[in-house]
Amino acid sequence: MKFTLSWLKKHLETEATLDEILYALTDLGLEVEEVSNPADKLKSFMLAKVQSAEQHPDADRLRVCQVETNEGLQQIVCGAPNAREGITVVLCKPGDYVPGIDVTLSVGNIRGVESHGMMASERELELSEEHDGIIELPSGEVGELFVDWLAANDPSKVDPMIEIAITPNRPDALGVRGIARDLAARGLGVLKTCDVEAVPASFKTDVSVAIDADTLDGCPVFCGRVIQGVKNGPSPAWMQDALRAIGLRPISFLVDVTNYFTYDQNRPLHVFDMDKVKGNLRVHRAKGGETIVALDDKEYTLQAGQMAISDDNSVESIAGVMGGLESGCTDETVNVFVESAYWDPIQIAYTGRALKINSDARYRFERGVDHAFTPVGLEHAVRMIVDHAGGEASQLIQAGNVPDVSRSYKLDTDRCSSLVGMEIAADRQREILTSLGFVMDGDMASVPSWRPDVQGEADLVEEVARIESLTGLVGKPLPRLHDGVTRAILSDAQLRERSARRTAAVLGYNECVTYSFIDQPSAALFGGGDDATMLANPISSEMSHMRPQLLPGLLQAAARNQARGLMDQALFEVGTAFHGGEPGEQHVQVSGLIVGRTGPKDVHGASRGVDVFDVKADAEAILAAIGAPVKVQILRGADAWWHPGRHGKICLGPKKVMAVFGEIHPKVLAAMDVKGPAMGFTIWPTEVPLPKKKSSTRAPLVLRDLQAVERDFAFVVDADVEALTLVNAAVGADKALIETVRVFDEFIGGALGEGKKSIAVTVRLQPVEATLKEAEIEAVGTKIIEKVGKATGGILRG
Amino acid sequence: MDDLREKYVGLIAQASDESTLEDLRVQAVGKKGEISLQMRSLGKMSAEERQVAGPKLNALKDEINSALAAKKTALADAALDERLRGEWLDVTLPARGRPAGTIHPISQVTEEVIAILADLGFAVAEGPQIESDWYNFDALNIPGHHPARAEMDTFYTHRAEGDERPPHVLRTHTSPVQIRHMEAQGAPCRIICPGRVYRADYDQTHTPMFNQVEGLAIDKDISMANLKWTLEEFFSVFFGTEVKTRFRASHFPFTEPSAEVDIQCRWENGSVKVGEGDDWLEVLGSGMVHPKVLQAGGIDPAEWQGFAFGMGIDRMAMLKYGIPDLRAFFDSDLRWLRHYGFASLQQPNLATGL
Repeated sequence: MKFTLSWLKKHLETEATLDEILYALTDLGLEVEEVSNPADKLKSFMLAKVQSAEQHPDADRLRVCQVETNEGLQQIVCGAPNAREGITVVLCKPGDYVPGIDVTLSVGNIRGVESHGMMASERELELSEEHDGIIELPSGEVGELFVDWLAANDPSKVDPMIEIAITPNRPDALGVRGIARDLAARGLGVLKTCDVEAVPASFKTDVSVAIDADTLDGCPVFCGRVIQGVKNGPSPAWMQDALRAIGLRPISFLVDVTNYFTYDQNRPLHVFDMDKVKGNLRVHRAKGGETIVALDDKEYTLQAGQMAISDDNSVESIAGVMGGLESGCTDETVNVFVESAYWDPIQIAYTGRALKINSDARYRFERGVDHAFTPVGLEHAVRMIVDHAGGEASQLIQAGNVPDVSRSYKLDTDRCSSLVGMEIAADRQREILTSLGFVMDGDMASVPSWRPDVQGEADLVEEVARIESLTGLVGKPLPRLHDGVTRAILSDAQLRERSARRTAAVLGYNECVTYSFIDQPSAALFGGGDDATMLANPISSEMSHMRPQLLPGLLQAAARNQARGLMDQALFEVGTAFHGGEPGEQHVQVSGLIVGRTGPKDVHGASRGVDVFDVKADAEAILAAIGAPVKVQILRGADAWWHPGRHGKICLGPKKVMAVFGEIHPKVLAAMDVKGPAMGFTIWPTEVPLPKKKSSTRAPLVLRDLQAVERDFAFVVDADVEALTLVNAAVGADKALIETVRVFDEFIGGALGEGKKSIAVTVRLQPVEATLKEAEIEAVGTKIIEKVGKATGGILRG
Repeated sequence: MDDLREKYVGLIAQASDESTLEDLRVQAVGKKGEISLQMRSLGKMSAEERQVAGPKLNALKDEINSALAAKKTALADAALDERLRGEWLDVTLPARGRPAGTIHPISQVTEEVIAILADLGFAVAEGPQIESDWYNFDALNIPGHHPARAEMDTFYTHRAEGDERPPHVLRTHTSPVQIRHMEAQGAPCRIICPGRVYRADYDQTHTPMFNQVEGLAIDKDISMANLKWTLEEFFSVFFGTEVKTRFRASHFPFTEPSAEVDIQCRWENGSVKVGEGDDWLEVLGSGMVHPKVLQAGGIDPAEWQGFAFGMGIDRMAMLKYGIPDLRAFFDSDLRWLRHYGFASLQQPNLATGL
């Protein structure tokens, strides 16, 4: 909402400075977004008078002037043709910044003659494009500030423009008068009266208006008057200035009047050219399919149920949203129908949204204009038209009735203290409401017709606190929930996310936060991309679907980093993936991705390409950090985006998958432009079972005094035998004695022949009762060989 | 005997390696060494002679043994010194690489916010990011026609042709979590709801996804004055300096009265210093929970009241840590992650300060 200071002062008698007004507006909830004050750049200039102007001794076109200033007589060299004795001019002194030429003046020497400043043209002060000569003022005293002279004689030149943000609850502040009312209530002046003397009817028109019965709920009242013999044309300068200052283009007087009252009193109006309207006007609902070219020159097709105003032939206006071009007023209009109606906010909002029209009228009607002002606003407009453009007005034509929306709420003066925490005297509370237009009757506050937002007692408190100023609010400690030390508040799931995140970072991963939406092809590569997770209005095709997994986002990040020349990466994210499009069809994942080498090449030869066992170690470390059991199964058969032979699911049984690690499928990498190979993992923290009992007590530590014994075994097995099968078999050989079985070597092919490999393990035996004798160790060894042989077909390597 | 002593002390001193030293030991104090032989000859002496010669010989033996041991240590030390001289390394070579991971500023600031508000008893509530329009709008007193709906640049989910159900939305704020929490837990309550929110807006200062934290405190007599205190405490701990706030009247459909909250700041060369100066920076929307919102959450507004507030986590991170561009938060540029990220063990807690 834009307005100028002088426009505000039409409604507000005030001595307040601009800064005081701006501060109050923002504090009242009418947040100032922009102020442009043309006076700012003119502040330093003063009036002066040319005492004499003589030819420059050394330049034909220059004159040497003696100028009377507030600091005595000054010599100024001037090239303007109108620089002559006796004229009052605008003086720019050395040190002044002149905006139109972007120069800060200094004492000059022009062809041997000193010059102490300059006399400005309008263009040099950015007042207009005028540059034929210097400014000559018809009045003014030497030493008077130029901005003061302008304020008194040409105020629009120094009229500050103010733009404020309007919250949806304040339609009344979409009119300058509503803003003035708030400021007056705050104590920044007095709201001026704004009565209008209705123009008496000079003739009786035959034109009638009817509202269809099924449309009365959308248009309870419609008023109009016909004015005959109007002389349309340009608006008076003050109105053109006012409209231009707020960014509106003056069109013609009749049209400008409607725009003026839209902004002045939040009263949108429409003017029909009566000579283009056939017969009578009817407010009705569209059947659907009617077309109209609106005032924005675009054709719209109405949908069934939308409200329209039609004459006997066709639709002439999209009710409350935008008028039609055909019956609109032009410079030639002489007979005009001025419309002032009330339109239901909800219906206007839906129509405006459906037709995608953003007009000043829609903006106001959908927020709610003042019902009661409907006929009064009409009289204001008719009075202004007749006074400026002549003509004779008909009687008032009215269909429907102004709806009665009067309501009262009890003002509980203690509520301000209990809800807001501000102590405001009861009398002051009543005074505030009264100044806003509420009518107090005992404890009951009757709501003014221009405040549709006030719907309850809490609103009264809000108004009182707002006008009194929330800056007066003093903080008061929030009582603690209980006496004593604060208790833990995080849930198990939240703790797990934290542990996983911090552990991943400890392991060298950099945490990313990638968008929750990705492109369809990438989503499809990871089991998503269907219509259930599609957005209806994505911001771009790159962000069209909710992500089914975190990995595609990390892969895209890796590709971007590779394009920047950053080849060695370890990225991770903890976040939500979406397995459906319904609320709640989301779950938390922890995903990591490594590409390139373990580090840059180095003198130690430590750098190597990343592999599956890096991500396996990382996934296991994170699982351990969030309390996953140590004993797990590693199964294959994960989703298609993994390398079919190089991945594993870390499971507690076939259906309880806690994590997957592995190499990303080369096809996926190619599709996503990632230079591979790339290793990744995904952990589902909620799949990790929570401990059955919450206890901080650890299981007791059992330390054996007897020394453990280690023995190595190498088995030759088929190449597709998995090491874990072998290890589990070995462990099973003697559960009491065998503490661990650890694989320390794998050898494939060579002398073993095609399709064979050898796996070497170290078995650690921990005696419990007595030191092991060699025979006992032998016996366990035999059992291990037997068990492994049974489980894997492996034989001890000779 | 003195000759013997002189001879061996001299020889031991001159010995240049361990084997020479061993030979000397055998020669002097070995079984058949000169000193051992002399000790054996003690038996042939008279008692008087023995009394003189015995201790002398013993002393000589001890002295030679000590000299041998000392020389042995000296030789070993010299040998070690010699070896170590050869083991010189250029320690200015780079160390073996040890990758350092980082925590994203959003995670870090979220944990900071939680650490502060947990101390005031606020628990952390979470909820769906795809929401029904009822939870995201209607329950928050934003009916279908409300201009705020259009102004929020909402993302809607796709509906197939003929599917007449209203589309779901990507939550535009974390407020629906408040409704779900009130429904499930009732009053009194104190929660914060951090998380991702979505609005269809992308330019210099907006991303279609960003992170928000909202707070909700419901009780019998919580007022806006408690809100002001809570926020001033929060900002002062968060920024590590006393921060004044300014409340300005505003409007949100879900609070009444509503206030925008500014924090005290000073602008310096285009960057902002919080907690000093005379300028104000708008950082937060807040107010007393609207009676209709309490009702939607199944709480009787005649009995309960409370405050709610919401702010951007990303924006707080930008302010506190001087991070210039919001869009970079979601770009995963490794250089950015390393520069603005936090060390893995830098876990926010109140005892160490934030």
